Amino acid sequence: MRRYFGRKLLIYLVTFFLAVTIDWLIPRLMPGDPIQNMLSRAALNANAAEVLYTYYTHAFQLDLPVWQQYLNFWNALFHGDLGISTYLFPTPVIRVIMDAVPYDLFLLLPAILLSWFAGNKFGAFAARTRRLDNTVLPIGYILTATPYMWLGILLAWVFGIVLRWFPIAGAYSYTMGPHLSWTFVGSVLQHWLLPFASLFLIFFGGWAIGMRNMIIYELEADYSHYLEALGAPRKLVRKYAFRNAILPQLTGLALQLGVIVAGALVTEVVFSYPGIGYLILAAIQNQDYFLVQGCFLFIIIGVLVANFLIDIAYVIVDPRTRRGMVGE
Amino acid sequence: MAKDADRKKRNEFLYFALRNNKLKIGALVVLLFVVLASVGPLLTEYSPRAYVGPLAAPPSSEFWFGTTTFGQDVFTQFVVGLRATFVVGAVGGGLATLIGMLVGFIAGYRGGMVDEGLNVLTNIVLVIPTFALLLIIAAYLKVRGIVTESVFIGFTAWPWAARAIRSQTLSLRSREFVDLARMSGMRPLRIIFTEIAPNMMSYLVMAFILQFGGAILIAATLDFIGLGPTTGMSLGLMMQYAVLWGALPLGIWWWFVPPGAAIAAIVGALYIMNVGLDEVFNPKLRET
Repeated sequence: MRRYFGRKLLIYLVTFFLAVTIDWLIPRLMPGDPIQNMLSRAALNANAAEVLYTYYTHAFQLDLPVWQQYLNFWNALFHGDLGISTYLFPTPVIRVIMDAVPYDLFLLLPAILLSWFAGNKFGAFAARTRRLDNTVLPIGYILTATPYMWLGILLAWVFGIVLRWFPIAGAYSYTMGPHLSWTFVGSVLQHWLLPFASLFLIFFGGWAIGMRNMIIYELEADYSHYLEALGAPRKLVRKYAFRNAILPQLTGLALQLGVIVAGALVTEVVFSYPGIGYLILAAIQNQDYFLVQGCFLFIIIGVLVANFLIDIAYVIVDPRTRRGMVGE
Repeated sequence: MAKDADRKKRNEFLYFALRNNKLKIGALVVLLFVVLASVGPLLTEYSPRAYVGPLAAPPSSEFWFGTTTFGQDVFTQFVVGLRATFVVGAVGGGLATLIGMLVGFIAGYRGGMVDEGLNVLTNIVLVIPTFALLLIIAAYLKVRGIVTESVFIGFTAWPWAARAIRSQTLSLRSREFVDLARMSGMRPLRIIFTEIAPNMMSYLVMAFILQFGGAILIAATLDFIGLGPTTGMSLGLMMQYAVLWGALPLGIWWWFVPPGAAIAAIVGALYIMNVGLDEVFNPKLRET
């Protein structure tokens, strides 16, 4: 078990190191000058612009040698200092992101977890049940092949524009400020349902299909046939098959995280849902590289933490990893 | 003798392939869109970005799929976008499969430190959100085409194929016929291409189909957030423009419904084809 976590930890550390380095490079590799960009938006006279330019170059430490900038970046990172957003000047990037993260968790955690459990249960149930397998599973395939933003657009159009059941923009009504009351909670849920449903449906299709295929493999494995030959009830055989099939599904969850992040990003864009995905698009469009940097860093951390949690879950589910019987 | 058996085996696959409904339906749908993508642009006299008709007109005999807020012909955009979709799938998916094969074969066959190193690399590419890299590329290349996008997707989407091919290679490596080839002094590269690859051909075909569909979906996402091609037209760009220019509140459904429906149909058909192929190649999975 120590070896298992040791290897994983090494991979995570290397990934984190590389990701932070790429992250540091983003604004520096960009053609053009972020400070010039920021100042040109402010429409100042030439003299003032020059003074401000030197001031900001110094403030953002762009006048230091490159290696010094790199070390400072790491140092600032560990102090939670991600710079100042030029698009929402003068709010610190960390504050902008911290305001957005709760919405991401609120949207993604239920969508991922519920779809994973429901999809696995349903896929296992549908496998080798002829009628379900031939009617419901094609829908699963179409669902998992649906582009995230398209399902979002469709739901927004049908339920938001045509039927007018749900609002299609924001995380709560524009007429309210965040506070604790039932009307506010209701408004939040109302704004949350469509983006949640669009993510949930697509994830669900993928897990159901994956589980259905895994179960069929397991039911054809020797141990299943052996159990059947011993006269074990069908339910018991399926239970064992499910337990074995759940392992690759857990690995699948880790592998899918990148796709899930991209899906959440475009879904947030469609519904103007104020999470990191929406933020990063605004940051790209306004060339706010510090904010892009911050968002990217948070996505990396989120994906790494999720991967680590899945690793722990794997150890709990698969006893072989506990006894060091498999390397990975 | 061996040749005869070989032919018999191929006939057997063909026999099951022609009787597999999943494979047939999937292939038919994909073929339909391929025909539409190749013939469609010849049926229209417009250019995808030209302003040719009335503003936001619903589908009619003259503009089959209606027009956009600016009077562009949606049908023209759609068929040109379909072509781009297949280019992205073939180039992006093909490149990803090739790189995945290279990494997977070497890691699986060599094992040891090489395997460890490639494993770390694979995991890193899996975890890093690749659109951040695209952000830099997008800032440098002000004019980007569909092929640039496909190549980028190919270089970032391979880890999945690499992992699958690696584990398959790993299980084939210890078989007797591979040992025999090694003992007879065959070079590793030759062993991989003459002994291991042919024995997992079905696997490679299926990996390619999955990467093909995956590349199409990734491209749609990139196009939608404005990191896609700046020239030409794609289905993802259509959806981006539709949302950007108010197709939703204006109710111009004919602008955003066709591109997404086509992607879902093509990629869904590819996935269903894949399950069909799996059943053809793997006798255990055939429905009884």
